[in-house]
Amino acid sequence: MYFLQQGPAQTLDYMIAGYAVIFGVMLIYLISLYIRRKNLSQDIEVLEELEQHQ
Amino acid sequence: MEPKPRLLSILDSVTVLLLLAATAAVFFYAPTEAVMGQVQRVFYFHVAAGWVGMLGFLVAAIAGIVYLRTGRRNWDIVGLSAVEIGMVFAFINIVTGSIWARPIWNTWWTWDPRLTTATIMELIYAAYLMLRAGIEDPNRRARFGAVYAIVGFISVPLTFFSARLFRTIHPVVIGSNQPGAEGSFDMSPRMLQAFMFSLFTFSFVFADLLWHRVRLGRLSDKVEQLKLKTMA
Repeated sequence: MYFLQQGPAQTLDYMIAGYAVIFGVMLIYLISLYIRRKNLSQDIEVLEELEQHQ
Repeated sequence: MEPKPRLLSILDSVTVLLLLAATAAVFFYAPTEAVMGQVQRVFYFHVAAGWVGMLGFLVAAIAGIVYLRTGRRNWDIVGLSAVEIGMVFAFINIVTGSIWARPIWNTWWTWDPRLTTATIMELIYAAYLMLRAGIEDPNRRARFGAVYAIVGFISVPLTFFSARLFRTIHPVVIGSNQPGAEGSFDMSPRMLQAFMFSLFTFSFVFADLLWHRVRLGRLSDKVEQLKLKTMA
């Protein structure tokens, strides 16, 4: 396939897609860590308040 | 809530700087591959993501062994955290491999031994999370999780060596360029440096994320204990 080509194959779109996946998935994971931490902190506040009332 | 350790803040900063430097090395330092063109640049982070995936599963297996020996809850949290991070990066590895394959192999997917074993590995660890979700008792969950992480680790060397043991079109990055491989290339010194630096950087990314995920696991443990306390 590549024997007759003049220069490097035109594959810029695939490279952009690849790095979009890499940084996109990493970002989604970071956001999920942040949201889970925030929710757990709120849970702790509520539960500690409940414990005090009891 | 426990305050963020100073060392973790330093690790965060170092990791971000390393990631920026590795990205710059991939795009501006490493040369464009003569045949494949720009898509070859995916290779640097594709392999590094695969490395983090396997590292995560290795840490989970070690944490499983230590948990079974000591019974300390902390090791269960380490194991779960490592599997979660390993799965995220193994997923990145599989998807970016597919994107690279489209222009090079002329297909998004083929049931090649390396691709197949990598997918099985990912599914094995997805089952680990499902197994844990189905067990309510924390001690039983930790024990089962530890055993599963140790047994499931068999899939990791199988995936790593599949490109060397079986007839495959997947290139072997380090070692020989087998004749059947489609898309293999000789790394120039600059490519090799960018590649090694990417592996080094992603090891930091793993350590940083693991620390954050373990802290989250401890917080989740605290919530579980508080719930039991208030319900009692």
